[in-house]
Amino acid sequence: MSERVAVRKTYKLFIGGKFPRSESGRSYLVQSSNVSLASRKDARDAVVAARAAVKGWAGATAYNRGQILYRAAEMLEGRREQFVALGIPGDEVDAAVDRWVWYAGWADKLAQVYGGANPVAGPYFNISAPEPTGVVAVVAPERPALLGLVSVIAPAIVSGNTVVVAASPSEPLAAVTLAEVLATSDLPGGVVNILTGAITETAPTLAAHMDVNAIDLTGVGDAALATDLEVKAAENLKRVLRPAPGNHDWTADPGVAPMTALLETKTVWHPKGV
Amino acid sequence: MFEYAPAPESRSVVDLKPSYGLFIDGTFVDPTDGGSFKSINPASEEVLAEVAEAGAQDVERAVRAARKAYDKVWGPMPGRDRAKYLYRIARLIQERSRELAVLESLDNGKPIRESRDVDLPLVAAHFFYYAGWADKLEHAGFGQRPASQHGGAIPQPLGVAAQVIPWNFPLLMLAWKIAPALAAGNTVVLKPAETTPLTALLFAEICQQADLPAGVVNILTGAGDTGRALVEHPGVDKVAFTGSTDVGRAIARSVAGTSKKLTLELGGKAANIVFDDAPIDQAVEGIVNGIFFNQGHVCCAGSRLLVQENVADRVLESLKRRMAQLRVGDPLDKNTDVGAINSAAQLERIRELSDAGSAEGAERWSPPCDLPDRGFWFAPTIFTGVTQAHRIAREEIFGPVLSVLTFRTPAEAVEKANNTPYGLSAGIWTDKGSRILWMADRLRAGVVWANTFNKFDPTSPFGGYKESGYGREGGRHGLEGYLNV
Repeated sequence: MSERVAVRKTYKLFIGGKFPRSESGRSYLVQSSNVSLASRKDARDAVVAARAAVKGWAGATAYNRGQILYRAAEMLEGRREQFVALGIPGDEVDAAVDRWVWYAGWADKLAQVYGGANPVAGPYFNISAPEPTGVVAVVAPERPALLGLVSVIAPAIVSGNTVVVAASPSEPLAAVTLAEVLATSDLPGGVVNILTGAITETAPTLAAHMDVNAIDLTGVGDAALATDLEVKAAENLKRVLRPAPGNHDWTADPGVAPMTALLETKTVWHPKGV
Repeated sequence: MFEYAPAPESRSVVDLKPSYGLFIDGTFVDPTDGGSFKSINPASEEVLAEVAEAGAQDVERAVRAARKAYDKVWGPMPGRDRAKYLYRIARLIQERSRELAVLESLDNGKPIRESRDVDLPLVAAHFFYYAGWADKLEHAGFGQRPASQHGGAIPQPLGVAAQVIPWNFPLLMLAWKIAPALAAGNTVVLKPAETTPLTALLFAEICQQADLPAGVVNILTGAGDTGRALVEHPGVDKVAFTGSTDVGRAIARSVAGTSKKLTLELGGKAANIVFDDAPIDQAVEGIVNGIFFNQGHVCCAGSRLLVQENVADRVLESLKRRMAQLRVGDPLDKNTDVGAINSAAQLERIRELSDAGSAEGAERWSPPCDLPDRGFWFAPTIFTGVTQAHRIAREEIFGPVLSVLTFRTPAEAVEKANNTPYGLSAGIWTDKGSRILWMADRLRAGVVWANTFNKFDPTSPFGGYKESGYGREGGRHGLEGYLNV
């Protein structure tokens, strides 16, 4: 009896809930696999998918979003061994699951903690509530490939944003595998879109895109590239999350800033009277 | 129409010096490398005072003074003591409010009724509100920082704030910038607009009167070059700007790659949406307040009227009747509703866009209106037959010019209201509560006024979506831009 020949996986992009190859037909060899090398056109397609998903996702109830994020944590837990097989340490997978769960619980608490009634000096009802900013472009950290990725996606989508993520170029397999988790978590297609390939190719397109509302530069290691992306982002006044200086401790409590930086505050007034 | 006798407010309450220096490190000083310019009364074109124009070296001096004050005095000072200074300032503004109101109307051209009843009360209230935050920052809800970062759970100030403000609400914008900055423990260098520097200089005197430590507040007068030198100075930790979206973009580019925290409050093209069940008379008052308040020099002005098609004729008829009652003229007359356009340059922009409205096929209407011979004036104007492609429906005019469009369904109203790169404010007029909330959920704007318009309060966060900028001013939210959180 000969040994069974394994069925290998093709690693592709994740756009609009589907797994297309790059429209450019290109791939690059990394982690012993041919991974799609996303083009600028793929980045634009991903933005279109992310924009189309905003209405449904931002309009879903916070409870519903929380349930779906929790479901993603369940799916992630179930695939623990798969991530370990990709070389992700078991502790990191556990931490990534725990982080999903932590963020999932924020979905129906953000509005109470970051909004509220304003005691204006007059006969008016006045209330402020946070809302998602829209489509967020994210440059994921190079590593840790899974915990870093989860730590930039979850805070963006929990409030109702949709994201286009430029995954770690050197360790993209965790990102594509996470996409498989998300695709089986009732997350509507287009809420998370993942591009593999060169940051220098996709990130400038996303930073300059006029239908992207915010950009998270957390994963941009090169200071000159970060500055260039921030300059491009100014064209339509994107909200910009700059990379934090120094080494990021991904196991530490992330705090609320990764969520609140991607929120808008809407304040509604109405007169009181009889 | 009633005949009104003139009811001028006396300007003798204001004691203007012939010339003013820069306010750096607690004293007025001559510019080192700058020049000077004149600030005029836009209602008469008379020169009010000569004002210093700060050069790059003056910016350097001011930033250094602010840094020293931050390191030595204001930063280490307990919050409760910072609060007391801010309370003092609030009280001094209340005490000198008439003087400040008259000077604001002289320098800006806005009616005394507005500077007296809107601007000044809000300015004092803003300082009073933020004074109370100075010793409560750990309760402001910005989460706990790990003890390893920036000194534990109490949010920390950023350092020196560079602040550049516009000419439409000179003293109010100063208050929106300085009060939260100081409450959070920052020191500031503020540049007022070149056409309206005078109340900021009077505010500098108030800082002296309050014995505010030297260097905590520095006021640099000047134009665009001064502002650019200030926001680009490497010694500032925070940049706050209110003004045009184009300048906001340039500032966002200039701070790219730095660690400066940036908040921007930029332009708007707000939709004021009137449904067929709205009380028409109230809605018309709201439309008038929305676009003619402060001559329309308001970033959140309701400059696009979206009126439901089946009541459009009634609303317009009523609106025109109401517009014919507006009294345009001397800002210091207590009966004046619409004052002077702030500058010749702004008047030119309003004329240019209005001409474009006519050229593109919209129909222009203004009530019969005698305008003074001297000064800068523009009659309240509406355009009907406006399409979404017209420049007057897309560009911020920043003047007393209203573009009228119609809609049939709520969904169409939302679509049209959101069809703009801006997202600062919006108005909804309807008697149906569920419709207000449905609309409010869908409008991409930072402030939504339902059955009211142009209301402001220090406790109420203000700021835009999209290209109207980022960050909020006012309320608990307004502290965030001045804290390391």
